Amino acid sequence: MGTKRVYSICAMCTGRCPIVVDVNGNEVEHIWGNPYLLGGYHLCPRGAAGKALLNDTERPQTPLIRDGERGSGKWRSVSWDEALDYVADNLKNIIDKYGAKSVVLSDRGGAITEFEKTFLAAIGSPNYFNHHATCSNSIHNAHLSVAGLARNGITYDYKNCKYLVSFGRNLLESLVTGEAKSVIDMIENGGKLVQIDVRWNYTAAKADRFFLINPGTDYALALALIHVIIKDSLYDADFVKRWTVGFEELSNFVKLYTPEFAENETGIPAAEIVKLAHDVGNAKPSVIFHLGWMTAWYSNDFYLRRAICSLNALLGAYEAKGGLIINKGPEAVGKPLKSLLAQVPKPKDPRFDGCGTKYPHLSEQWGLAQELAHVLLTDEPYPVRAYIVFRHDPLASLPDPDYIRDAFSKLDLLVSIDINYSETGWFSDVILPEDTYLERTDHVIARNGPKPGYILRQAAVQRRFDTRPRWWIFKELANRLGVGQYFPYNSIEELIAWQLEGTGYKLEDFNEKGYIELVDKPIMWDRVDGLKFKTPSGKIEFISKKLEDVGIPSFIPYEKPIELKPGRFRLVTSKCALHTQGRTTLNNRLLNEYVSENHLYIHEDRAVELGIKEGDLLEVENEGEKQYIKAKLTKYIHPDVLFMLHGFGDDVPLRTRSFGKGVSDVRLQKGLVKVAIGGNCPFTECTVSVKKVK
Amino acid sequence: MGKYYIFQDQKRCIGCYACELHCKTKNNAPEGAKLCRIVPTGPQVVKGVPRMHFVFMPCFHCEKPWCVYACPTGAMIKRAKDGIVYVKEDLCVGCKNCITACPWGVPQWNSETGKVMKCDYCKDRIDQGLEPACVTGCTTGALKFISPSEASQIKREQFAKNISPLKK
Ligand code: SF4
Ligand code: SF4
Ligand code: SF4
Repeated sequence: MGTKRVYSICAMCTGRCPIVVDVNGNEVEHIWGNPYLLGGYHLCPRGAAGKALLNDTERPQTPLIRDGERGSGKWRSVSWDEALDYVADNLKNIIDKYGAKSVVLSDRGGAITEFEKTFLAAIGSPNYFNHHATCSNSIHNAHLSVAGLARNGITYDYKNCKYLVSFGRNLLESLVTGEAKSVIDMIENGGKLVQIDVRWNYTAAKADRFFLINPGTDYALALALIHVIIKDSLYDADFVKRWTVGFEELSNFVKLYTPEFAENETGIPAAEIVKLAHDVGNAKPSVIFHLGWMTAWYSNDFYLRRAICSLNALLGAYEAKGGLIINKGPEAVGKPLKSLLAQVPKPKDPRFDGCGTKYPHLSEQWGLAQELAHVLLTDEPYPVRAYIVFRHDPLASLPDPDYIRDAFSKLDLLVSIDINYSETGWFSDVILPEDTYLERTDHVIARNGPKPGYILRQAAVQRRFDTRPRWWIFKELANRLGVGQYFPYNSIEELIAWQLEGTGYKLEDFNEKGYIELVDKPIMWDRVDGLKFKTPSGKIEFISKKLEDVGIPSFIPYEKPIELKPGRFRLVTSKCALHTQGRTTLNNRLLNEYVSENHLYIHEDRAVELGIKEGDLLEVENEGEKQYIKAKLTKYIHPDVLFMLHGFGDDVPLRTRSFGKGVSDVRLQKGLVKVAIGGNCPFTECTVSVKKVK
Repeated sequence: MGKYYIFQDQKRCIGCYACELHCKTKNNAPEGAKLCRIVPTGPQVVKGVPRMHFVFMPCFHCEKPWCVYACPTGAMIKRAKDGIVYVKEDLCVGCKNCITACPWGVPQWNSETGKVMKCDYCKDRIDQGLEPACVTGCTTGALKFISPSEASQIKREQFAKNISPLKK
């Protein structure tokens, strides 16, 4: 292979797969999966295409300051000094006038968020938030309320799982390398996969059972499963007794939700529901009810997710082989990493988005991205005037970008820090181009899981353009704002040495395998005495005191989804293996060649009714917003549903490969910039009409 | 018989195209040129679930390769020691005869060099004791680089495993 091997972490999607990069001189020869962690050089297609990102000239190559109207695409290429001074001077003015809290910052979320969080806290603003309102807030908040753990507070032990049930998590198509591989291993080991979805997909293709469910009725199915599991005593009685509170209330609550009731709602035969409950009961505790991934579905998603968490708890799947293993971090073995953020005093102002106040049950950890537009338009609870958006593209990922763009017009300063021209970047005042993941080293991150450790993203080659790494950008901004003391390092190597102080490890220790493992054997807590759920009771809470104390019920009755008006369809979206969210891969030369536009999937019978044939150009409409897309006919989709891949319809002309191709789903999602009870946007409540373009 | 064969485990393949992407990057193939292909077939209903199969199509490195016969310059060569069929680039004049001759559409036009390129099982990797890039990089480990005789062995093993009465 190449002359040099560099272990690192992929950043083509947010899966952060461990990789090894073969480097020849200053060229990347090939990117593979890290064989020590993935059991081979396996790497998904996006990961393999990372090479095309590196040398792509259709990404910002120098700092840019807007030289025309916002969104006009007229830019002035400037030096880093000029760009950073510009941002810092504007921030200073805004802070002087409106206070630090008027500065907000969002990112994509994830494990490498220390620099931006530290910067924001250092200037005194509490307003960090991220992309999760459009992805996983409802599951985060639900899992916190049930188990006291974040969504990523557990690891799925797929390999040993006997029964994996997925409510719409498209594990084998919107995939993360290691996860997809483990699920296939599970199937090969004889484990069963059940896919519940409104359309058939590649995950369903591998499933033992696939249920085409009536859209918006998943909650009825989950409740009926709980009903049968309790009624037929299929639950793990020891676990339930030892580790849960509110079992009786749960039992009473689900009495109504019989399999027959659920059959009526979901379209899945009652006998099948009973069989599924018995199958998982027999397989317990080696069962996984997947919590979900992109769960910004409906207004009641929080309760669907709470029910899914409850199913896992009833079957004793937490900390069971083949179930959900509670993650342990380096602190569990007394080797925590030092944190920049921990050195900064916590800002005292209340948050702009109401997390912890107006929405007392919603976690501040991820915030509410969808609140920004409302706050900008009303100045309530206070004015927000500066927005730094970092590797996040709200205009491409939140519903109704026209509405949001209007709100963004009220900002005095909009800064985008990204490796790409994002939709939001295109509307910004300043673009600060970041080094790609192949050109930069980030801070060490903790690998939480059964075997805690550390892992590191390391630069494989030198930068191609006048871009900079995140550790430098935020440090420079902090210096200019007089809070440089919170970035006490001069190079990333220095920072890494500081982070690792007291652990006994050094930077060189990553050379051999790309990561450091702190234990030999998985740490499994004792199921009788050792589990640590971070709820007030220390147990799984079917009844959550925390919720009830702020007036939020632990259970809500199932309600039918809002009825479809004649001629309307529900618009559902998902991803494929070749692209990821936020348009980061669309313009990639290699990936664009494979999938350059999306199509509208429609049930054959509905297509016949509407006179639509395969390949016809269709007009999709919602509240006056019209988009044009080609038809794909299929038997395997719910007749009320139209499906398209998310993220197409690129508006940035400099990205010539993806510009104008396909349709943007979010543009059709009019009026959905809402806060559902789980903190998610209810994306799937979008309905559209469709007709053939004459 | 050639020495090598790429076995594709249908049970493991998820149709993700990583094999094609690893192949493309490894061989620096320009836009449009695919040295191996995943061909989706289906969905077809099996036991109530619509199934999809993804047929992996590299070059078959035929016993009697028509591409080799069709090549007027001797650029298309079947390597004696292991039966790998490859293009010797400096001899290729870009006449595309091999492209027409191959029944499987394997040889690809390289618009950047004006010559033909094709799957050669990544022979430079093989010569270093490694496996083809598609096999090495496959997301789920569905591809296996083996000898033709091992293929029937694997199939038998899989069959036995599948019907095993011990299997739960
Ligand atoms: S799933 Fe693919 S794109 Fe995502 S991090 Fe892993 S290799 Fe990269
Ligand atoms: S290119 Fe076609 S004819 Fe030639 S060896 Fe390959 S499959 Fe056979
Ligand atoms: S990479 Fe592997 S799993 Fe993906 S399509 Fe190719 S053979 Fe199938």
